[in-house]
Amino acid sequence: MKKFEYGMAKNLAGAFEFLKESEAKIKAGGIDLLDLMKEGLESPTRLVNIRTVPELSFIKKDEKGNLHIGATTTLAEIAAHSEIQTRYRALAQAAKAVATPQIRNVATVGGNLCQRPRCWYFRSADFNCLRNGGDHCLADEGENKYHAIFGNQDGCVVVHPSGTAVALMALDAKLVIARKKESREIHIADFWVTPEDDVTRENILKHDEILTEIILPATEKSTTSYYFKQKEKQSFDWPIADVAVVLEMNGKKCTASKIVLGSAAPVPWRIEKAEQVLKDKQISVTLARQAAAAAMVDANPLSQNAYKVPVFSAVIYRTICWAAGIDPFAA
Amino acid sequence: MAKQVKLNVGIEDNLEEITLEIPESTPRPWDGQADLKYVSKRVPRVDGEAKTTGRAKYTFDIQLPGMLYGKFLRSQYPAAVIRKIDTSKAENYPGVKAIIPVQEKLPMIVRFAGQEILAVAAETRHQAEEAVKLIDVTYDVRKFVVNKEAAMEKSAPIVFDTNVEEKSAENKPGEESGSIEQKSNIRGPRVTPRDGTPDKVDAALAGSDATVEATFRTQVQTHSPMETHGVVAHWTAEDKLKCYASTQGVFHVRDELANTFSLPKSNVQVITKFMGGGFGAKLSMSIAGFMAAKLARKANRPVRLMLDRKEEHLCVGNRPDSVQTLRIGAKKDGKLTGIKLISYGTAGVGTGAGTSGPARNIYQYDEFYAEESDIFTNAGPGAAFRAPGHPQGAFALEQAIDELAHKLNIDPLEFRLLNTKHNDVRQVQLKIAAEKSNWKKRNPRPGADSGPIKRGIGIANSVWYYFYGQNFQVSTRVFSDGSVQVTNGVQDIGTGITTVIASVAAEELGLKPSDIVVSIGDSEYGFGPSSGGSVTTGGISPAVRDSAYLAKMRMFEIAAPLLETTPENLVAADGKIFLKTDPAKNLSWNDVAKKIPGDNFITIGERKQDYFQPKIRTIHGVHVIEVAVDTETGVVKPERVFAVHDCGRSMNLLTTESQINGGIIQGLSYALYEDRLLDRNTGIMVNPNFEYYKIAGSMDIPEIKSVILNVSYGHNSTGAIGIGEPATVATAGALANAIYNAIGVRLRELPMTPDKVLRALEMRKGAES
Repeated sequence: MKKFEYGMAKNLAGAFEFLKESEAKIKAGGIDLLDLMKEGLESPTRLVNIRTVPELSFIKKDEKGNLHIGATTTLAEIAAHSEIQTRYRALAQAAKAVATPQIRNVATVGGNLCQRPRCWYFRSADFNCLRNGGDHCLADEGENKYHAIFGNQDGCVVVHPSGTAVALMALDAKLVIARKKESREIHIADFWVTPEDDVTRENILKHDEILTEIILPATEKSTTSYYFKQKEKQSFDWPIADVAVVLEMNGKKCTASKIVLGSAAPVPWRIEKAEQVLKDKQISVTLARQAAAAAMVDANPLSQNAYKVPVFSAVIYRTICWAAGIDPFAA
Repeated sequence: MAKQVKLNVGIEDNLEEITLEIPESTPRPWDGQADLKYVSKRVPRVDGEAKTTGRAKYTFDIQLPGMLYGKFLRSQYPAAVIRKIDTSKAENYPGVKAIIPVQEKLPMIVRFAGQEILAVAAETRHQAEEAVKLIDVTYDVRKFVVNKEAAMEKSAPIVFDTNVEEKSAENKPGEESGSIEQKSNIRGPRVTPRDGTPDKVDAALAGSDATVEATFRTQVQTHSPMETHGVVAHWTAEDKLKCYASTQGVFHVRDELANTFSLPKSNVQVITKFMGGGFGAKLSMSIAGFMAAKLARKANRPVRLMLDRKEEHLCVGNRPDSVQTLRIGAKKDGKLTGIKLISYGTAGVGTGAGTSGPARNIYQYDEFYAEESDIFTNAGPGAAFRAPGHPQGAFALEQAIDELAHKLNIDPLEFRLLNTKHNDVRQVQLKIAAEKSNWKKRNPRPGADSGPIKRGIGIANSVWYYFYGQNFQVSTRVFSDGSVQVTNGVQDIGTGITTVIASVAAEELGLKPSDIVVSIGDSEYGFGPSSGGSVTTGGISPAVRDSAYLAKMRMFEIAAPLLETTPENLVAADGKIFLKTDPAKNLSWNDVAKKIPGDNFITIGERKQDYFQPKIRTIHGVHVIEVAVDTETGVVKPERVFAVHDCGRSMNLLTTESQINGGIIQGLSYALYEDRLLDRNTGIMVNPNFEYYKIAGSMDIPEIKSVILNVSYGHNSTGAIGIGEPATVATAGALANAIYNAIGVRLRELPMTPDKVLRALEMRKGAES
């Protein structure tokens, strides 16, 4: 690890001041960044700690009923928040499903969204991965058991690692990105950068910008959501498939839905084909299975990850059922 | 002088009387009727508090004044010739005090990615790490091979162009040495002379009413101890070396250091006070010890060289993988006719991929034949790993046995009973498993559950062997204030020998385990065993008891005149010495100790050969595992493990149970998750961490219930036999059989991850349609 300066910002203005240095990096929980620094994959000359900025840690509702979550709110705080648990269940579940209690107590939601991919070639200084400046993707023709089955034809086959991103996509969240005194609001779907657009980055954040806030739209009582993470192990493990489902219900009928997959593609992957199957139908196990099958129509597995297709099918139909409050295993 | 004793020996309460002649200076062995207060009871670890509060100092915690930090430079290529090493930039880096190449003269041949090239010592860990990055190595990169099937092809790059000898530190019992043929990357096949011949086994199989032939594959597992390999080396004088080491063998490491540096044994001290796991990988010094001592001598400062997690995965040992083709057969009545095993595997640049132990040593059969080969690949060396070869072998054998039982329409447990009639202990264990586990509730028809999540129950046998070692010397010192110290060099690798020593001594002396100060883990103390082959408890506990017995006799001699009797009329219990016939006539232990002439006395107990060889020389275990298999996601969840084990007389039921739990957990982790993955294109390990080298965590551990059988032979004063290794042998096979019972499909490859479960289900579906 290279030497670096360490600054603890007292407020957002101070954070931007520290960020002036061109090689400076923002640190929140530090879970992701410190790993990258230890491996020599990131070598900032200055670290700007924003966990010390009080104005970035909050969960509050505005007069329109939108819920605002500060970027340095910890995953543990989100998982334990009663309103998130009831109105935005998928997000609480996604936050709760991350890593271990120790990590959830430190990791922030902003950091979770901005974390870099977990591909073993990308994460190791032993390899010259495309994302780190190499000339081709090593996983594509290499060890790709845990890699992408969608969106994997643009040179890089990593999967998106953030479970909260998947839930927030399905919940139609907006993100607030600040730059000095300005700030802008974008839909979370516009936050991600695909390998086709730029293989060296995963989101649109510029060096002098900070993700400050997440806004969840007010929900109707008729909205229901569910998130599920399928891992090989029960203890700390990266998922082989994760899914968030949001259903708008009118009585027993589903009027609209959002189905988003994590660990499937380099970015959170919305499956409109599956959403269409549910539209204006009464949810049943059979219908959910049809939606799951539709979701996998365009899957394009690599040499070692074809198994992820049936795993996703199972996780998708089950999560739709759980979101709708029916037992996926009912005979 | 010898004395005759009568003992009641056998399995649990099924005892028979034997008469035994034993030396006068030793106590009557504990037998099946021994009424003990601490031994064979649940005694908490005497060092538990030190460990849980962090007071216990492991090698990793050792800090010496002026200590430097060592770091290896490792090859980034799996095969290369090093022509030139330029260390000039590193030499000038701040804090660097010594740089020493592993091989003095170039060229140096690199055979695996991660191989040590040189080591640097610097004032701080950070400086050492940075300095290593400044070293320029000129590699002449060669073609490599990491896939063992590819390595067997004629055109494969050759890993060794000279013959490779078996490493001596590896503990692989049951194998006979001798020169083994080596052709290109294939070393073998090794055939064990006392086995039969291929013709005979083929004839036996041909005459069978049913046969099973199948090929099984197992992966490479790394030892992954919590504490990595490493040492702190300190030259206390020009010709005196003190070494804190994370090792399973302080005396072995002492010898290696003495040899390497041409020092008398008396001038080398190796200390292991607490140790964070080894599982077989820490039986020898490792290159870290050797290089730390060299760096320390050159820099004239103590040097700490502890590996990091990545190095631990890459370079210091693993359980070799295997491909095993088994043919077994039986008659209609269920009697096994023959077992034929053709096995090969790779220990990378090491040796020891044999798997035949379980196939040879569990069942009765008419004929047996095995061929075993090591395949060299450009990968980190294998090392002894908790029952070398056995979890692999049992995974294959126990599935084949299960399959054969199904073919013959015989209950798999019944089938095992039928073929182990020669072994009384195993018969009892299988019967306990049948009665006390949920075996009888399993699916009568595999895969019978409705719904996507299916449950099943499977069984498998374990086997290991009784080893103990000899000439270990334990001293008991009683001080005039009544305090007692028991001393031996043996290291506690985490399995609890410290508590066993305290319990055995306390039992004999009539004191409490907490009254005994146990001093171990130091090569300057009396000779003790290396902790490999499950020898520690069986090796050391008789010497502990014998030395305590002699100390008690000394105390009786002092007490006798005070109590107006003779020593043979006295007993020691509850901190008192009293008349057997009149407990009211007593003196406290401390009052007797006050009369010790001078300050203290020492007695020595020596581990001699057992009084006789027990009839059954194997140790056993049965695991019954209940599992839930999600047939849509392929995820396997073990739900319950029932285990029956024997280890002679357990010295401490709590630590024995811990060993069984640990063996099962490690076995489940091996069966389901662990897999060292080398990138096929570069030969570099892709998962040298605990994120993608997956190890079972607390949430992955099912309920474990174990029954520890008390088997008394009377073969030495305590009757203890080790348990570390047999506890892990059966697990993967039992789980595979449980999965078969759940879904009706056999998984013949480890680890049994979702991709393999789904593929097996898919293949069956394909076969059906």
